[in-house]
Order: sequence, then structure tokens, then C-alpha cells
Amino acid sequence: MAIEFDEVHVRLGQRDVLRGVTASLTERRVGVVGANGSGKSTLARLVNGLALPTSGSVTVLGLDTRRHAAKIRRGVGFLFTDPDAQIVMPTVAEDVAFSLRRKGLAREEVERRVADVLARYGLADHADHPAHHLSGGQKQLLALCSVMVLEPEILVMDEPTTLLDLRHSRQVAGLLGEMPQQVLVVTHDLPLLTGFDRVLVLDEGRVVADGSPEEAIGHYRKLMA
Amino acid sequence: MNALTGAYVPGSSPLHRLPAGAKLAGLAVACTALVLLGSPLALAGAGVVVVALYALSRVGVAAAWAQVRPVRWFAVALFGMQLLFAGLDGAVSTTLRVVLAVALAGLVTLTTRTAAMMRALERCLSPARFVGLDPFRLSLLLSLTVRSVPVVAALAARVGEAQRARGVERSVRAFAVPLVVGALRHADALGEALSARGFDDL
Repeated sequence: MAIEFDEVHVRLGQRDVLRGVTASLTERRVGVVGANGSGKSTLARLVNGLALPTSGSVTVLGLDTRRHAAKIRRGVGFLFTDPDAQIVMPTVAEDVAFSLRRKGLAREEVERRVADVLARYGLADHADHPAHHLSGGQKQLLALCSVMVLEPEILVMDEPTTLLDLRHSRQVAGLLGEMPQQVLVVTHDLPLLTGFDRVLVLDEGRVVADGSPEEAIGHYRKLMA
Repeated sequence: MNALTGAYVPGSSPLHRLPAGAKLAGLAVACTALVLLGSPLALAGAGVVVVALYALSRVGVAAAWAQVRPVRWFAVALFGMQLLFAGLDGAVSTTLRVVLAVALAGLVTLTTRTAAMMRALERCLSPARFVGLDPFRLSLLLSLTVRSVPVVAALAARVGEAQRARGVERSVRAFAVPLVVGALRHADALGEALSARGFDDL
């Protein structure tokens, strides 16, 4: 079992963000959709321990996020909506290399891995460019490179295409299909979920539909009508 | 903004190949020498050396100008004030000192990757461990500061545009409040992103 939610309840201030979510996610491609404020992002953040359940438990890679958040984060990559908030170093290659700092790798090995991942995601020509000179789409690809260079077992993406144009959205969708990792994507971008194995629909903190993309998105459209 | 945003210009000049620690030490020595040089003639000689170093680095005229451009009005004001209170010699010397020091610091930035600068700083700051400070945290702080300059600048531009769109461009509060709130939100998000990348013990 890769990701297990067991009767997860999250309360933030006076608001119940998630109300008794139970799900076992073993599929390779899992999508989560729902209205704004339905608890999607909180659900994603639970997976690598950025948020913790008020009650219930979340188990990822066999570990409880409450007790092993730091260890889980080494196996779970997280891509945020806004790439500007996750780029730490001034230049492209430096930001990707920064992810590997704690690995204790030789400089040549770091350079090789950085060059590999930048080439894979089409940023090789920008290696020495200042990160703030990149377009929004390129910044999101850089953020993805900085996550993927660590070769995580699970990748969580919180609305990865919200700030992207159509071309970069399609590029991210294409890359999603090629990734060997288990991927959990929270999104409003319904075409992104084409070909996914499973989609959950959240409404007011509860899972109200769970199934194939066609079934779940159909339910979501009715909910939003 | 070039100097502030760590705009490294890739190259293979002797200055690029010099270790970051040596460049930082050289910068400290050179700035001390600039303070000690008394006459405008000696400082003009130092200016020739700085120009030669830029030529040696092959970073280009535009990148070189971008280093001193942000202080041009400050230099003019400084020259004017010094002319009034210290005479022509004093005004020329003080202004040259400031401009040359900024140009030298910019040259180090242009020829040194931030990661190399961080490693050098970590080595320099390693004795800080004995008083409970983490050199990695200190060097990361520097790097995040450098990285945050364009982010906050972009935020300020967005807030300014929103102000103009609403016709309240003269209100300091209408500018400062969203800017501070946005900067704090960015800081929160950056902290969370660092945690997500495994740097959660900082």
C-alpha cells in the first residue's frame, strides 16, 4: 500500500477541512478534483507530512506521517502551484543541485545528475540562467527538475498547471505519462486527468466520488452544475 | 538588479576559475586598500586596475555597467556633498572609493556561482559552530536573500499596477500593506517548500 488515509479528519481553526477521509491509493496515477475549499490541497499536503491529521492516520510507504514526516519527505516529492515559492537558488542548475546537498555526493556526480534531469525536461540550455528570467512554464519545469533529481518514489502535485499556458500544460501532462513514480495530482485542469487510473472527488472535506476519470469527472460536473 | 540577483555570467576566464574563497578574500583586501589610498591619482590607478580586471573576466560591457548603474545617483549626490564639505580632492577620492568597491563586489558576483559562494562562506563561517550557529543556515540565508530580491521586486511591481488600476497610486498604505502581506506569504511558502525538499530540520 503506497498511500493510506484512515478516517482522516483535519480541523483548521473553527473549520473542518477534511471529515473522515478513508482511501487506499495504490494506483500509478491518481487525481483529486473538487471545488475551491473542498480540502484537496490539504489532502495533498497530508501525504508528505506538510499537514498532519487532527484525528485518524495517514500512512505513506508504510510509515505514519505523524512520526516519520522527515523520512517520508525523502521519498515523496512535492510540486506546488507557484514555482516562485519553491525555487531557492538564483540560477537554474544551482537550484537543482541544491536538492542534492544532503546526499553527500561527489561534485562530478551532482553535476552529472543535474545535467541529466535538465536535459530530460528541456532546460539544458538554461542551466546557467537566472531562475527569475525564466517564463512561468519554465519555472514550473525547473521546480519539477528540483524534485525529480531526488528520484522520489511518489510525486504529489498541487495544481501544477494552474499558472501555465496551454503549451506548458500539455508538456506537464506528457511528462506525467512518462514518470515511473506513483503520482497524486490535485487539479482543476480536468483534461490533465485523461488516462489516469483513479480520480477522487472531494466536496466539503468528504470523498463523494471515487472511480475512473470518466465516472468521477461526470459526478464532479453534476456537483458543480 | 543584476548584482543583487546573483547574475552569474558563465565563462572560463582566470577570474571565473579562481576559487570563491580567494575572490572574497581578495575583495576584502582590495576594499581595505581603497580606503587606505589617499590621493585621487592613486585611486585613478586603482580604477585602471578594476577596468583591467573586468576586461580579463570577459563579462561584457553591459554586465559591467549593470554593476555600477544602481549607485550612479548616489555617487552624484555623494560627490556633491563631499565637494561642499571636503573640497574637490576629497569628493573625487570618496566617490571613486565607493564606485570602485561596488564594481569589485559586482565582479565577484559576475564570476562566481552562488553555490560556490555558499560553500566558501560555509568554510569561513565554520568556527561559528562553536557558538551554536550553523554555517549552512547562515549561507542559505544569504542565498535566499539574493533569490528573494527579484521575487519581492516583481511583487512590488504587481502591487503598483493594481494600485494604478484602482486609482490609489499615491497611498503609501495601499502599497505597503499588500506588499508586506505578499512578502510574508512568500516567506511562508518558501519555508514550506524547503520542508518539502527535505530541509525540514533548519
